[in-house]
Amino acid sequence: MARAQHDYDDIPGTFVFDAERSREGYGINMFCMSLMKEENRKAFKANEAEYLKRFKLTPAQTQAVLKRDYNRMLELGGNIYFAAKLGATDGHSFQHLAALMTGSSQQDYAKMMLSGGRSVEGNRTKSGKGKPAKSKSKSKSSAKRK
Amino acid sequence: MAKIIAGVGSSHVPAIGAALDNGKTGEPYWKRVFSGFEKSKEWMARTKPDVAIVVYNDHASAFSVEMIPTFALGCAAEFPPADEGWGPRPVPVLKGHPQLAAHIAQSVILDEFDLTIVNKMEVDHGLTVPMNLLFGTPKEWPCRVIPLAVNVVMYPPPTGHRCYMLGKAIRKAVASYPEDLKVVIFGTGGLSHQISGPRAGLINSKWDKSFLDNLTKDPKKLTRIPHIDYMREAGAEGIEMVMWLIMRGALDDKVEEVYRFYTVPASNTAVGHIILENRRKAAGKSKPAARSKQAAARKATHRIASKGR
Repeated sequence: MARAQHDYDDIPGTFVFDAERSREGYGINMFCMSLMKEENRKAFKANEAEYLKRFKLTPAQTQAVLKRDYNRMLELGGNIYFAAKLGATDGHSFQHLAALMTGSSQQDYAKMMLSGGRSVEGNRTKSGKGKPAKSKSKSKSSAKRK
Repeated sequence: MAKIIAGVGSSHVPAIGAALDNGKTGEPYWKRVFSGFEKSKEWMARTKPDVAIVVYNDHASAFSVEMIPTFALGCAAEFPPADEGWGPRPVPVLKGHPQLAAHIAQSVILDEFDLTIVNKMEVDHGLTVPMNLLFGTPKEWPCRVIPLAVNVVMYPPPTGHRCYMLGKAIRKAVASYPEDLKVVIFGTGGLSHQISGPRAGLINSKWDKSFLDNLTKDPKKLTRIPHIDYMREAGAEGIEMVMWLIMRGALDDKVEEVYRFYTVPASNTAVGHIILENRRKAAGKSKPAARSKQAAARKATHRIASKGR
């Protein structure tokens, strides 16, 4: 069954973790939750694909996890607070994940945050402006705002 | 009788906790954030609440996706800090107030708010970071804490209006508790931020300022904001701000804004902070009038009884 359309699907660059995604992503999120235990982190790192079989992931979800495609994980029902545990298992800071999801370098992302963050201008609707603008141009525009 | 005397709004960014725990508070980046809470700590030290009701959200620590309660009230005697993947934060165990918490639960459920009762729960940075910002880093917390965990992780969270009305029900519940207790209520989370997806890093200072302005002056206006506006304007995770409306609902309609602080960023988030007091002056004006009427009545009929008070 196709995913029902919601008003928030029009927000660009955003996968709202709604009840439907929560149902769909139960396996991903429970997998991420399991990484709170050291023994599980070790088992996962030893053989990722094998470890993931303990959870009922779809092939697409499994691929997204193995490839560390965080946006795809979110799209398929992963939640960011859970996904962050996978990032931590890999030894990455949260800002590293954020940069990864936005397609910019961590340095550029950090710079954008320091200059006021990503502006909402041009990032409200898909119908209006399409994809969220790249962080570089955004950091300029948010600097202008100040 | 117990009484809610003030409300505190504060962001609960995890990196603030990490900065505290790793001794980074002196770095310029973090100094900018922490300096905004110096006056607040002084205010809190003067206010000396007996109990803090802390409205916050859990971030995949105490609740996974196995159970997602919309409103969960902590009725336990104590709440240990949760291990969020780097070991539990080195903060003291929080002592609850099970009697007041049970009283609140009973009162608000009969007022048609279907709370989940939690008798065993670990609390994460969502609760402990605001505690640090307002109380510092003491060996023991100087007051009891009643956590109220709100689901803002899975959409939909409760509406702003629902949150505001729950605040009102909590206020009524606290006011009917027989012991003399000074209660402060915290609303935490926000302000604008998005930490997920290609739009991560979104900050909307204009929105945040307007939210803080209306929190003081026209909270009812805020209760009409639909979820889509929070997510579109303040970021997917900015929707946490509905929790501040529980705090606001628990205060008088008219409040005095005694302090405000705002800075961008702390990690990925706009940091907002506000302290609202129920107007002591207004209360002072109405109370003596009421008291004098009562006193006159007592003088006439119950002189001894009133002296005994």
